[in-house]
Amino acid sequence: MNVTGQDFVALLPLLILAATAIAVMLAVAVRRSHAISASISFLGLAISFGSLWIAAPELPRQVTPLLILDRYALFYIALLVAAAMVFVLLAYGYFEKSEDDHDEMYILMLVATLGGAVLVSSSHFASLFLGLELLSVALYGMIAYPRRRPLPLEAGIKYLVLAAVSAAFLVFGMALVYGALGTMQFDEIAGQLARPGFDRWLVLPGTALIITGFGFKLALAPFHIWTPDVYEGAPAPVTAYVATVSKGAMFALLLRYFYRTGAHQQTPVFVVFTVIAIASMFAGNILALLQNNVKRILAYSSIAHLGYLLVAFQASGDLAPTAVGFYLVAYFVTTLGAFGVVAVLSGGTRDADLLEDYRGLFWRRPAVAGVFTAMLFSLAGIPVTAGFIGKFYVLAAGASGEMWSLVIILVITSAIGLFYYLRIVVAMYSEATQAEAGPAITPSATAALIFLAAALVVLGLFPQPLLSLIRNLAIG
Amino acid sequence: MILLCLILIPLIAGALAWAAARWSLSACRWIALLAVAADFVLTLVLWGSHSPAGLGTWLAEADWEWIPQVGIRFHLALDGLSLLLLMLTFFLGALSVLASWREITEGVGFFHFNLLWILAGIAGVFLAVNLFLFYFAWELMLAPMYFLIAIWGHENRVYAAVKFFIFTQLSGLLMLVAILALVFVHHRATGVYSFEYQDLLGTTMPPGAEMWMMLGFFIAFAVKLPAIVLHTWLPDAHTEAPTAGSVILAGLLLKTGAYGMLRFVLPLFPHAAASFAPIAMALGVAGILYGALLAFGQTDLKRLVAYTSVSHLGFVLLGIFVWNPLALQGAVMTMICHGISTGALFILVGALQDRIHTREMDRMGGIWSTAPRLSGAALFFALASLGLPGLGDFVGEFLVLLGAYRQSIVLATLAAIGVLFATFYALQFVQRAFQGPNTLNWRIPDLVPREGLVMALMIIALLWLGLYPRPVLDTFEPVMARIEQMAPGR
Repeated sequence: MNVTGQDFVALLPLLILAATAIAVMLAVAVRRSHAISASISFLGLAISFGSLWIAAPELPRQVTPLLILDRYALFYIALLVAAAMVFVLLAYGYFEKSEDDHDEMYILMLVATLGGAVLVSSSHFASLFLGLELLSVALYGMIAYPRRRPLPLEAGIKYLVLAAVSAAFLVFGMALVYGALGTMQFDEIAGQLARPGFDRWLVLPGTALIITGFGFKLALAPFHIWTPDVYEGAPAPVTAYVATVSKGAMFALLLRYFYRTGAHQQTPVFVVFTVIAIASMFAGNILALLQNNVKRILAYSSIAHLGYLLVAFQASGDLAPTAVGFYLVAYFVTTLGAFGVVAVLSGGTRDADLLEDYRGLFWRRPAVAGVFTAMLFSLAGIPVTAGFIGKFYVLAAGASGEMWSLVIILVITSAIGLFYYLRIVVAMYSEATQAEAGPAITPSATAALIFLAAALVVLGLFPQPLLSLIRNLAIG
Repeated sequence: MILLCLILIPLIAGALAWAAARWSLSACRWIALLAVAADFVLTLVLWGSHSPAGLGTWLAEADWEWIPQVGIRFHLALDGLSLLLLMLTFFLGALSVLASWREITEGVGFFHFNLLWILAGIAGVFLAVNLFLFYFAWELMLAPMYFLIAIWGHENRVYAAVKFFIFTQLSGLLMLVAILALVFVHHRATGVYSFEYQDLLGTTMPPGAEMWMMLGFFIAFAVKLPAIVLHTWLPDAHTEAPTAGSVILAGLLLKTGAYGMLRFVLPLFPHAAASFAPIAMALGVAGILYGALLAFGQTDLKRLVAYTSVSHLGFVLLGIFVWNPLALQGAVMTMICHGISTGALFILVGALQDRIHTREMDRMGGIWSTAPRLSGAALFFALASLGLPGLGDFVGEFLVLLGAYRQSIVLATLAAIGVLFATFYALQFVQRAFQGPNTLNWRIPDLVPREGLVMALMIIALLWLGLYPRPVLDTFEPVMARIEQMAPGR
């Protein structure tokens, strides 16, 4: 298939991401400077974000059998790139506190973002795997980046082993599906599945293995075991990145793959997803109760949130894609904000991740505590925050699909979830035990937190523009 | 527009007060007080300007698009019932600002921010006629109330605050599921997504589904009310909250539960509510007796007053589900008067605790000799609480009993026994705390003019409601008539 000029225009956001990674690499070769690397990365991401408007008129466009650039892909690329920009702002403040070379972090991050962008626009098993590996391999490095500290190294190794194993599951599942249907393109898989007479006994195990691979990446129960350790070990901005970009890209792909091929409508697959959703909601919320480490609490809470997302995914009515899209945006804003607070409070040697670190924070630093409270309330789904509208839409999608058992479980588990969110809030508003305010906050991190808090409230009060945007995204 | 102002004024003033507290604490307090007073004046204007003929429909309305795809509108509307409850809201709101004038010394700005935002949420609850907006406002009250208890409360405040939060949040989510179910049932029947109260009224639904949805709403409101079994958060929250928190909890938050029953449970699900009515009435009567008995057994003054709330709100629940004109009027009357009399008791107990640093009745006695004005006010409100004729509470409970008598003599008799119990706890309250010998030699200052003003206003309000309740009854009577006509088989 010939690649035309218009194809390149449609691919522009991805190309700019790749070019930025190279630019940072070259800049590092000339002169090592944390500020320059961060600036180039931020600028490149901003240009990539801006190029979405250049690419938009060319949509929808199938570029080679591998990639499809439609409004859906573009929307999620925008989300990933925006999250990456916030990451740069947070990471600059965070890594500036420790003496070391930090430039490669940005190169890795740009590659990972490129991987995420490939993932959300893939329409073929090959590009899916390509995107996934770009993302994962870069993440190994990012997680273990502060190499003089034991926890990040441990987390990096854990992530490496488990991600590699899950990728193996995924590849084997793809192979089985390919063996049965003779194609790796999503559209053609859909066509094959629609016709009776395909080999169910190859497709079902194949789909099960694919779900396993996805489940690891999304940290859905029972594939969630790695999450708390990696979240705890990774530097706070990287944790935010893993929780948002990696999971968000994966979920967008999950939605596209299953809605496109219709593979989730087979009864066994439907049952498996229901069980996974229930297990994730319970496991995430109940295990979070047992933690004393804020990063671990947030890790378990993210498991639960992915379970909520699956409820909307399962409903698959006309509300479901809107619910998933909005919930993901809200989840991005909230998670980046929460880990952003952890990042700005962390010193150069360790992360501020114990509940003790937050005791009396409100009296020492009311603004930071206020942002964190807003983020936690958003996770809990309290009004005026984006998380409330997100949870509302997920419940609405579940109710419209008449999945009452899932909806009731969601309600009960999110009430359990309140306990641990409130534990952090209570700690922040109780009497201070230490007098010092903690490390100073860089202007870049301040800007990121202000932006996230504003986005949280604006989306919570006026969700309309974003909702209509998401509504118009047909999954191609 | 005036309706929007009612909500926006406290929201904005809350932020302003918080900001002002950096420079001057009294500026912060004055901003809060003036904002709530302004809202109160607005409601008075609304009350004065309404035409008696227009009482059957909305007196005022404000309607904007919000999330049109699913029929969510920012739709506020006011009728006689919501108007009275709003007046109560801002009346008690202003008094609780006054009552915490000296009590709150830490985090003054944030305190008033929370206080005003709770009031905004409550106003939203009383005004919303879009179910999504209603739920939004319902949840909006929650977080600031949680902070009020958790930061400025007494010894066991964190436990009480978390318990309060989780009870109300869980039950609220059940209501949200019921709202969504109702919207989808309506969608299936008409093909239109709408959260509008008027659209959803009269939705035809299968009886089984109607019962489930009704229960979803009922549980949320019964937790707030509180109906017995779901009441366990209340004694803790009321006892641990600071004075203003207790006043708002007892005076207003509980009323939102009763309001929800009147506005949503009965009109939206008349058949299910009618078949559920016997259980609800039994819960009401059980609450009356249980609350009164437990109030009698308390030695902590705040806990005592908290349990009397359970008892009085039992009358409200009974009156609502008896569902005839007398009982409905009595229920609303009880809601209003209970708000004032219990609010006043909490303010008095708070003032007393501020002076002698205990709420234990065993450590009191003979207060009358040293603080006669405070003790006299306490006697007055204790008498109001036990239903002395001539005071507002009497009117309400009497009407409920009259209405209930027509429905079931047994329930009416049992409820009347509850009134008898009220005499025991109210008199014990006065007897043990204020009268008798001053064995511990308390020497405390009497009510200062600020507190005296608060008490005087509340006494006047209660006397007026007891002696000349006609204007108030006239205001909500048409609303009650409409609710009454919705009862199946009428």
